[in-house]
Amino acid sequence: MTAARMTSLERVLTTLDHREPDRVPFFLLLTTHGAKELGLSIEDYFSRPEHVVEGQLRLREKYRHDCYYMFFYAALELTAWGGEVIFYADGPPNAGPPIIHDPAAIKHLQVPDIAAAAGLQKALQAIAAIKQQAADEVPVLGVVMSPFSLPVMQMGFAAYLNLIYEQPELFWKLMALNQEFCVAWANAQLAAGATAIVYFDPVSSPTIITPADYRTTGYQVACRTLSRINGPTATHLASGTSLPIIDDLVATGSQAVGVSGLESLAEIKDACRNRLTVIGNLNGIEMARWSPAEAQYQVQQAISAAAKGGGFILADNHGEIPWQVSEDVLLAIRDAVERHGHYPLPNG
Amino acid sequence: MNPDALEFEAALLNMNRLAATRILEREHPDKDPFVDIERLVVPALEHIGEQWEKGQVSLAQVYMSGRICEQLVSKVLPTAAPQLSSQPQIAIAVLDDYHTLGKTVVSSALRASGIVLTDLGTLNRNELLRQVKTHNIRILLISVLMLASALQIKDFIADLKESGLSTRVIVGGAPFRFDPELWTQIGADAVGNSTAEAIRITRQLLEVTA
Repeated sequence: MTAARMTSLERVLTTLDHREPDRVPFFLLLTTHGAKELGLSIEDYFSRPEHVVEGQLRLREKYRHDCYYMFFYAALELTAWGGEVIFYADGPPNAGPPIIHDPAAIKHLQVPDIAAAAGLQKALQAIAAIKQQAADEVPVLGVVMSPFSLPVMQMGFAAYLNLIYEQPELFWKLMALNQEFCVAWANAQLAAGATAIVYFDPVSSPTIITPADYRTTGYQVACRTLSRINGPTATHLASGTSLPIIDDLVATGSQAVGVSGLESLAEIKDACRNRLTVIGNLNGIEMARWSPAEAQYQVQQAISAAAKGGGFILADNHGEIPWQVSEDVLLAIRDAVERHGHYPLPNG
Repeated sequence: MNPDALEFEAALLNMNRLAATRILEREHPDKDPFVDIERLVVPALEHIGEQWEKGQVSLAQVYMSGRICEQLVSKVLPTAAPQLSSQPQIAIAVLDDYHTLGKTVVSSALRASGIVLTDLGTLNRNELLRQVKTHNIRILLISVLMLASALQIKDFIADLKESGLSTRVIVGGAPFRFDPELWTQIGADAVGNSTAEAIRITRQLLEVTA
């Protein structure tokens, strides 16, 4: 028996409830591809919220995936703290030089006002506009950098690791400031119309920090932050591994986790079963040179590994599909999900 | 690994600078600091790098281990030692990105292994070519974070060849870990997915370029 066709929102909510929807939901987490759709440079594209709205509408119309992804670029948050953005012709905008040059400056750092941050306001306008289009049929995903991961851009990665291990008082002072910012920014996106918040937290991954250290740092920060966000959250480790901390991620209150292409999807699904929805884990870097046939194969493998019983959303493993990934490959992913992703799955 | 190196490695993974210092400063019959580096520092850092590649230790442990070793080695190693001054010019750089942790980690591990290198910082393609010419760099390590930067290395290597330079290029960074074929596609001489590989490959290239 085939389930009645669901809206994207129904499909995603059903899988988040660890039940099988009509078919496997899939998120094509596309950002810069919107610029291609509109024939604009990446810098021009992100300069106006209308462009991003139009880009997301066109991308979903073409690929029929199950969300609007309102992520501009990670460095957008840094602009609120006084940082710079570097734009490229063929890749995502990147953070400029760190804004904290001396850890002592953390003592005098002020939490930015969301209402006064022009870049963030553009993103909020885009969320509000696309919410009108999405009605209650398509999830609108907002995005925050976790307070624990934002300092990679605020200070530079090496200086931040030195802070964590050598100056714990200043580390916790920075966490307190970043938590206030993150909660305000997440709740502003929810108020503007976001359905859920993706909490990007790569530094919490065992790839970056030991699980033992995570439990005394990033985990504590996540618990304190996520509990104050007025909506559902999905933690994304941006290609970082997750298996050793799955129980901890469940305890943070997050409903889903974005996982790495370098880990076994079946093992992760087993660890998360009925507790945490798995988002992933197509390899975005290799995707840039996949053929359509390879894309179809990879989709089938992922569905076979993790889709049974719900609690799974097919996506890339980084939370952003590279600019170099072709339309043919994205269409092949769409077609493979629509061909092989209907529940009940052939393998039961 | 010898027992002292294992003990040294444990101190590094626990980020215990004092314990690492004590082990390195123990009396040895041979007072040549290179002996300590070869007996303790290199095997410990190589093994930590190998463990990171297998997902058994974190990047923070790799970074802090390199940082501790670099500080310890700089105290005991005379910068003008004959072993160092005869090396061909080696440099490390980040292409078009302010995410410099990979460069820092590899740079610390190489320095702690007794290899002298110039840190060129973050540069664009043209500036990197200019620096390679200016410093007569024979071995260049390039770290990248983004796929677009990794693909740019292909053009940079073409620039090197057009300029008649035979600089050996070792690449590293996230895009190369996620796509094991990428380094050959862009024409690099080698890829280093860990500090262990970076040390091993650089030493191999030093032998053939010396």
